[in-house]
Amino acid sequence: MRRLLLEGLLRRPLTEPLSPAEADETPALGAELAGAVRRKLGRSLAIRVVDAGSCNGCELEINALSNAFYDLERFGLHLVASPRHADVLLVTGPVTKNMAEALKRTYDAMPAPKWVVAAGDCALDGGCFAGSYAVLGGLQRLIPVDLQIPGCPPRPVDLLRSLVLLLEGG
Amino acid sequence: MNDILDKIDTDTAAFRTHALPDHIVTPGEWETAALALGKGAAELTALWASRRGVHMLLRAGGNLGLLTLETEDSFPSVGRHHAPAQRMERAIRDLHGLIPEGAPDTRPWLDHGRWGVSHPLGRPGPATEARYPFLPAEGESLHQVAVGPVHAGIIEPGHFRFTAQGETLVRLEARLGYAHKGIGALMRGASLTRGAAIAGRTSGDSTVAYAWAYAQAVEAALGARVPERALWLRALMAELERLANHLGDIGATCNDAGFAMMLAHCGVLRERVLRAADAAFGHRLMRDCVLPGGVSRDLDAAGHAAIAELVREIRARFPALVALYDTSPSLLDRTVGTGWLDPALAARFAAGGFVGRASRRAFDTRRDLAYAPYDRLRFEVPCREDGDVNARILIRIAEVGQTLDLIDQLLVNLPGGEASAPMPEGTPGHMGLGLVEGFRGDVLAWVEIGPGGTLAASHLRDPSWFQWPLVEAAIEGNIIADFPLCNKSFNCSYSGHDL
Repeated sequence: MRRLLLEGLLRRPLTEPLSPAEADETPALGAELAGAVRRKLGRSLAIRVVDAGSCNGCELEINALSNAFYDLERFGLHLVASPRHADVLLVTGPVTKNMAEALKRTYDAMPAPKWVVAAGDCALDGGCFAGSYAVLGGLQRLIPVDLQIPGCPPRPVDLLRSLVLLLEGG
Repeated sequence: MNDILDKIDTDTAAFRTHALPDHIVTPGEWETAALALGKGAAELTALWASRRGVHMLLRAGGNLGLLTLETEDSFPSVGRHHAPAQRMERAIRDLHGLIPEGAPDTRPWLDHGRWGVSHPLGRPGPATEARYPFLPAEGESLHQVAVGPVHAGIIEPGHFRFTAQGETLVRLEARLGYAHKGIGALMRGASLTRGAAIAGRTSGDSTVAYAWAYAQAVEAALGARVPERALWLRALMAELERLANHLGDIGATCNDAGFAMMLAHCGVLRERVLRAADAAFGHRLMRDCVLPGGVSRDLDAAGHAAIAELVREIRARFPALVALYDTSPSLLDRTVGTGWLDPALAARFAAGGFVGRASRRAFDTRRDLAYAPYDRLRFEVPCREDGDVNARILIRIAEVGQTLDLIDQLLVNLPGGEASAPMPEGTPGHMGLGLVEGFRGDVLAWVEIGPGGTLAASHLRDPSWFQWPLVEAAIEGNIIADFPLCNKSFNCSYSGHDL
């Protein structure tokens, strides 16, 4: 263990600077949202993630945000365990009917001000599951959505850029 | 009973290359098969329903047998004689409205009473009621803890009802179905291409395994031949997927024992695998890369080099992490002896993957129901008997080594030629079966071809169907705080199970 720790001190960090998005890739951020998060909450965001019936692909990439390459906490972004501690609800999946009530209750449990981010194509409009008897087909059918991050699943760098944009204003 | 066992007569070579034949059986023969399963004379590989009735896939050695009981209303319960069938029967009842007669558990499973409809794949009716009684646990000073479907961590949705005496768990009952997306209905009548997209989104961490199993099923049903190069590239993707999941989960399991350093280091290696996959195949998880007929993207020299470099990097870094695991008594104290799975239960439930192989069930689809190109590759199937969290971690560590060797062989011997071929016209009514060893175990896909290049019906069976009940058994007598550790050491799929 000592050797690994020592190596960790001597090797250069793996963490990568966040490169700016290509102009046409910048996620759309509503005008009323731009700057509002920073104004109200300062430099830190607590994020509660809820899987509303995703295939688990989005969760894999959200979990990757905590690895040494992306290290989302350096931006003041924290994934928190309870909606009571959260500023942002980050939702994945097409919102299955079996999960809708639990998701709504999670949203209701968050203190205001709060923002909602839909991550992945399924959360946007149901993705390839749209039209099924078992899904609502997109998060905005249940709660108002402030920011959408497309992708199947979104790449960690896209997730990170969007969340940083939410924090710093468009 | 021997008559039934005689029906397990489709050998591996036959179902791998041809449409799948089935045996139409009487209710009496169906029940005899259920009794044979209960006695351990054969393994239950899958149980599902279609418009024709119910289907039971049995395995004995390298042979499979598909039994079909044609029915419009009910069938003799298999779960009555063979417990692993119970949740599958409950799902059949929820989705198709076919009643398992004499079933010991008549509660719904996937249907939570919220779809606005009942029996969506059978004769649709009004929505069922949402009430769900949990199994009782009675005794002095017992208390219940309800967890989920929203969890503290970033994981899939499911509800766990713990009954504990002090810290010790007396009973765990899982309630699943929260991720049910109606995949069976979406597949019905879908084009073969759309079917591939949905199959690849059944369980995101096994997208290659699902897409490959689905492609195998379609190709077998159509009698299609796939170019050699495509088969080898599929295996390369499947091994990269296995590698990424094993590395990520070894770290995450140790993290659930409070040992964050393993997660940090394994997380770096996992990220390297995903980046190599992205460089080689254009997607970090290799989604939509396997299609019926071949693969969607050929491997170029740069991709080849990225994977070769990845193998070198992991070989250089991983041994120190294995040594770290082996020499950290505080970590081993949590994993050794925790979450013990009885080998007898693993055998009875035909538990696939590392869960089975850590509890004496030495089964691997790549070897025991072999498919190309694994029939031409050298690899070992590690197996242990101790069956605890430690055993499951050690099996996965051993499999990382096997997978690196397989990737070496695949890269060196990769045949040339095309990476995909056009598909022939299918014959409506033909059925095909695909079975692929994903990181979690055997992923099964069954399809029935419809008219004009569509799917008449399909069934995707995740290995988790046979593993989830075993989590409940393995956790008994452990402390409640060890549940995340035990659960992660199984890492069953919610989405793959809920469909």
